[in-house]
Parts: sequence; structure tokens; C-alpha cells
Amino acid sequence: MKKSMFAIPALLTAGLIALAGCTGQNNTSSAGSGATSTEGKVFNIECWNNEFQGQFEKFYPDYVRTVTEGATSYDLLRDGTKVYFKITPTDGNAYQKKLDADLSAQDSAAVDDKIDMFLIEADYATKYVATDYTLDVKGDVGLSDDDLSQMYQYTKDIVTYNNKLKAVSWQATPGLFAYRRDLAKTVLGSDDPTTVQAALSDWTNFNSVAATAKSKGVFMLSGYDDAYRVYSNNMSGKWVNDSKVVTLDPQIKAWIKATKTYTDSGYNDKTTLWDTQWNADQGPKGNKVLGFFYSTWGINFTLAGNSDPDKLGNTGNPATSLFGDYAVCQGPASWYWGGTWLCGAKGTDNKSLLNKIMYAMTCSRAIANGITRITQDYTNNQVAMNDIAADTTYGSAFLGGQNHIALFKESASKINMKNAGAYDQGCNENIQTAMQDYFTGTADYATAISNFKTKLDAVYNGLTYDATFDAAL
Amino acid sequence: MKRLFSRKQDKGDHIHYEKWGYLFLIPFFLAFFVFQFIPLFQTIYYSFFNYYSDSALFVTIGPAWNGFDNFKYIFTSSTLRPISFLGISFGNVNFPNFWYYLINTVLIWIIGFIPQILLSLQLAIWFTDIKLNLKIKSFWKTVIYLPNLIMATAFGMLFLMIFARNGPVIDTLMGWNWISEAFDVSNNQIATRLIIAFLDFLMWFGNTTILLMAGIMGIDNSIYESALLDGASSRTMFHKITMPLLKPIFIYVVITSMIGGIQLFDVAQIFTQRSGGPSESSYTLMMWLYNLISYKQNYGQAGALSLLIFVVTAILSVGVYKTIHPRVNVTKDEMIARKKRFKEYAKCPSTIHEIANRSAAKTKGVE
Repeated sequence: MKKSMFAIPALLTAGLIALAGCTGQNNTSSAGSGATSTEGKVFNIECWNNEFQGQFEKFYPDYVRTVTEGATSYDLLRDGTKVYFKITPTDGNAYQKKLDADLSAQDSAAVDDKIDMFLIEADYATKYVATDYTLDVKGDVGLSDDDLSQMYQYTKDIVTYNNKLKAVSWQATPGLFAYRRDLAKTVLGSDDPTTVQAALSDWTNFNSVAATAKSKGVFMLSGYDDAYRVYSNNMSGKWVNDSKVVTLDPQIKAWIKATKTYTDSGYNDKTTLWDTQWNADQGPKGNKVLGFFYSTWGINFTLAGNSDPDKLGNTGNPATSLFGDYAVCQGPASWYWGGTWLCGAKGTDNKSLLNKIMYAMTCSRAIANGITRITQDYTNNQVAMNDIAADTTYGSAFLGGQNHIALFKESASKINMKNAGAYDQGCNENIQTAMQDYFTGTADYATAISNFKTKLDAVYNGLTYDATFDAAL
Repeated sequence: MKRLFSRKQDKGDHIHYEKWGYLFLIPFFLAFFVFQFIPLFQTIYYSFFNYYSDSALFVTIGPAWNGFDNFKYIFTSSTLRPISFLGISFGNVNFPNFWYYLINTVLIWIIGFIPQILLSLQLAIWFTDIKLNLKIKSFWKTVIYLPNLIMATAFGMLFLMIFARNGPVIDTLMGWNWISEAFDVSNNQIATRLIIAFLDFLMWFGNTTILLMAGIMGIDNSIYESALLDGASSRTMFHKITMPLLKPIFIYVVITSMIGGIQLFDVAQIFTQRSGGPSESSYTLMMWLYNLISYKQNYGQAGALSLLIFVVTAILSVGVYKTIHPRVNVTKDEMIARKKRFKEYAKCPSTIHEIANRSAAKTKGVE
């Protein structure tokens, strides 16, 4: 009794010390246990959601099964290698913070704890490719020019640093304008993609159609931010230059002006990107909105899901389901939205596996073909996409049988990511938030711009603002 | 050491276990030192340094001593804002962000706290009232405490849905023809602040009620009994007995609630979806701190801001304490008189039974 009384605090103390020293050592079990090759048997992938994991498990040829051991699980490959997906959600910048910390500790980490591969998104891709933490895809990982030849040039440009390709992507994300066929008939008298495209070919035409739509009781767009990326992707320079000076591009001002007009004239439904009304507007129960700007993943996942909330399929009745009622056209400008890249991490002990995974997931024509046909995602393999675009039997049921791959193909070749920068995520998010006060009339332009600066200053260090911020709209 | 933990019996056949308590305290102090004291010291220390991770460029700057620059930044950072007070518009004013966020935070706390303390006090009195003697008390206590068990973020999401433009509240109001057009509460300053304050109220009034009840139940029942014998009304008992004796707990509740109010974060963050509401009118100090530490990763500025929040909280706490608990100047004579009265009081009978016994004894002429 007396001894056990002494033991409790001692145990607690010991437990506390043990707790402090045990982080990040859960993958070391297989270290050196009979590994015959020089390569490690543990492959760590850092990412922010399970999208790539799903793709990997469905399409990577050597994948055997997912094994769950207690709280962790891994994907077992044919040669016995364990692939761990270490997921940190992006909320609150958590993913980048985790990645930064892990990459900085890469040299001192145990062999099986080192990151072998990590995923990055378009909005901050340039940040990582500019560091030594990302391997040269050709020189270090060993993919050949021939392997990479079918990728869209823009997906290589954005991740090229000092003439070295630092990452590869399995997808291209060209954007289109997805419109409702029934409302197109009301507004334009036709739902044929060619006719609709002719009517929406540039912003002047687009705006005049918005006025017509309004007179027929139809909103042109749902919310304030719908057209944002169509403008922002066509900026003439980066958001922030190398001396940390922020510029308000004429394209951003054009978006602000246009959106203010749309809001005041009632051309839009006054929603915010991703809010419930915005989602509802894409389906049968929302207000009548002619169309939505969406890129590849958005059309076949988000829009398709929202168009038919009750899962009725193609009913032919816009009051119950819009599945099959949508069609796509190019819209007033070419643009893109999103995109995920795979990076090889410096210090990896699995270079040949890294090579294999990168090749299979981003270079293989057969796998690219499979991904597009099964998930309808648009993959980064021009020859595979050309095959599907030319396939007259291929069509999306959601788009009423239209072959959207053919349109994506045209749009993808026009994408230019030259002006992508490390500050894009913060700038894009905060200009949309700050300007909403101006659109709704809560604040005037000068105060909204001032608020945008405050919001940027709260997330980035040492930015200054040039004269474009002081000029009137 | 040997003496401290000795189990030897002393002359009086006593075994000393008291000093073992120190041993039991070690885990706490160790945890406190590692996880609280060191970070606390570091926060203050780094607030005088230029120290940040530039997340856009992947470099860490500092730490390099920069004196009061971080504090200067916190106080000088300002935004052009449309300012109006009681319906009078002052146009666009370049307003310091620190004060603006502090006003937002305190305003939201006050809007939520006034109904909260009134309702909690009323409920606490009903639950403890000996005359009222409510049935199924523990059921109601559980019910009012339940909102506190839901995570604040979940609560925020829930209310975001309820008050969405196509959500049930707007639908119902339109159904009743109270409003003609669907209305987005997230674009309305007053509505946003009110809803956040209401959420705070809903989450915490149960907790406050329980605390006040504990305070009231700690008051000796005999005082109420004797007051009842004297024919005091409920109102008089509340003013003359409950409130004065509840004061220590009451001050505790107000101050802890105020500290919680100044740290308002999750509900506002979720409900305004990080934007801080229209023109940042519901942007709180903690949301600023969160941005500085999570996105900007500027440990110096974040340290300075948290130190300032600490100072503001301390000043407000002292202010609240002094307001509720005003210090009365007592003369020396009065003090002596009080001590005398206290001694007499100590001799006094403390329950009505004793009073009865004594008076019975008196009549028997024993004394």
C-alpha cells in the first residue's frame, strides 16, 4: 500500500517524460528488418486530403491492399513496401506549416521517417519548387523528356525553377462555363454549345447576355466570386513582385467593376463561393442561374452532385433534377482553377519507387486514359486526352451526352501560368472577402481596399503596396 | 529528505504522511513548468524580437532584438473604416485595428453577458429556492448545461446553416411575411454581432447558472430560515441575504466570463467564415492573434499582441472587481468596534434551534 502510493506520482512523471519523447517514431518498426535492397521499405507521402490516395489505390499497378495497424494504416505494395499517407488538412495553413517543419527536419529524421514525396497546390506551388527540398524530376528522379512529352506545357512551366522541372501533375485543370440548357433556350433561344459560345465569346457579349437574362428573370451568375478566376488568371503580372510590392492588376479592377455592376443591376444572386445558396443555385431548388464557371474537377464532381441533390438521375424535368440539363462552352476567356503536383523530397531513400510512382500516375498513357474514363477527371496526358476527345462514342451523361473532353482539350492548350506566385492563395482569398463589403454596400471602394491591405498584412510579412491601390477604381 | 518522507512513528504513535503531498504535486508542477511557464516566458521574451517565418519564401528571420517595434506595429496598424455610433456617421476614419478589434470583442461579450447573468441568476434562485422547491431539478440542470457540451465550432457551423440565406430562419420569416426578400445575415453588422453574442450566451448560461447555484447553496440555510421567521419577502431575502453573500462567487463569475469573452474566437471565426463579418465588425482580438501566429507566423508580433491582451484583461478585471466590490474606508475606531462585534457574533447562537434551546434554557432559569 505504502509503496504503491509512492509509485503513482513516479509513474505519472515517467509517463510524461516518455510522452514528450515519443513523437514521430511510429514508422520505425521495419527499419533494417531483412531489407535486401538498398532502398527503404517505407514510403512517406505528405498531402492534405485523400484524393491522391484514392487515385493511387485505384490505379497504381503495384498496389496490393490497405493494411490497418492500430491507429495507422498504410498501402502495401507488391514488393512489401509500405506507403504511408500523412494527411494534414489545409485549414489554418496547417498543411504548409507541417510540411515546412518536416522538410526542415528532413536531414536529421530517421531514414524511415523522411518524407519521400509530397503534394502541392497551384496557389503555393512556386514556394516549394524554389527550394532545394524538391528534387529535379529529370536529373534526380530520372524521368526522361520522352516520359514527360505528353504533359501540358503550363503544368511544367509553373513548377520549373532555374530550368529544372521540380514537380509533375497528373491533371490539367482548364476552366469552362457550364450552363443550363433549359435557361439557355429561354435567354438565347438555343442550347447548342456553339451558338451559346458565340453569344458569350468575350466580356462585352457576356455582359449583354446578362442584361437579357435579367429581363427574362434569370441570373447570369450566382455570386460575387464566380467570375473571379476567369479575370485573375489573365493578369499581366504577379500579385506580389520580387521586392514584395503588391500590385492591383487591371484584371482585378475589371472584376471588381463588373461584379459591382452585376450586383447593383441584379445580374447575380448575391451569393458567396461555396455558401449554401451558391450550392443550391446549381440544383433544381435554387434560384434560376444561367451558368457557373468551373474547371475540370468542379464540373464532374461539385456541379454534378449539386445538380441532383435527390439522386433522381436524368428526369428531363428541371424542377426535380438538373442532371443531364447542363452543357459546357469555353466562355469569355481561357482560365484554369486548381491543380495538384507531386514533388520528390530531397533526402528520400526510395528514389526508384519515387520514379515508378511518378511515372505511373502522371506519365502513363494507359493510366491517364483509365482515370479520365472512370472518374471523368481531365488528365495531364495530351495523347490520351486526344484519343478520348476524338472518340465519338464518349460523352458525359451529366452533360446530356456532350463530349466535354474535346472542349477541355482546346482550353488546356491556352492556359498560361506564368504569373502564378507564392502569395496567390492569400491574395485571392482576401480580395474576395474584402470586396464583398463593397459589393453589398457595407463599405465603399476605398475602405474595402484598405481592409484588403489589413487582411494581407495579417497573413504575410513585410508587404508594401504600389500606387494602383491609391488610384480610384 | 530523510525527514521529509520518514515513515517512522513519532512519540505520539503518529505516522506522518502529510509531506508526501509534495511528491504528488511534482507531476503537476513539471507539466506546468514545461507546457505553461516556459512558453509563457518565451512569448514575453520574443515580443521584443523581430522573429518570423516567411511562409511565402520558406525562410525564418530572426530572432533579432527590435525593442518595442512589435508593440508599435500592433498599435499603429490601422484601416480606413466607415465608423458610426448611435446612428451618427463619422464617415471614413483611419481607425487603429487594435482598438477596433478590442471594441468588437468587448461589445460582443457585453451583448451576450447581460442577458446571460440575468437569466442565470434568476434560474439559480429558482433552483435553490426553498419555498419554490422545484421538481426534477437535475433534469433541468442537465438541459441548460447541454449546449456547453457541444463543440463551439459545431455550434458555429450549425448556426451558419440555420441563418443561411436559404436556411430555416429566413424561410420561416418569409413564410410569415415579416420580410419580403431573402436576406443574408452575414452582410449585416448588427445581425452578425447579435448572433455571435447569442451563441456565446447560449453556450455559457448553463455553466454560469451552476456556478451561481453553488454559491447560493453555500449560504447557510439558517439565515434564510431566520429571515423567514422574521417575515422577510423573497425580494428582501434576495437583496439583503443572497446578493451580499453571493458577491465573491458573483465577482468570480463576472471576471472569468470576461476573460472568456476577451478570448472569443471559435464561434466568431466559424460563423463569419474567417472574414470577421461585414467590414470586420465581428473580428476579435483572438482572430487577429490566430492570423499572426498561423498564417503570418510572426512570433514577435503575436507575442506583443498576446501580452497586450493580457494587460487589457488584467485592467478590465481590476476595473470590474473595483466596481462590484468598492473598497470602503474604515476608521480605526470602526475597526475596533467591528472586531468587538465579531467576537460577540462568534459567541452567538448560529441556528434557530440553538436560539430556541437558549431561550428555553433562559426560561428555565439555568443561565
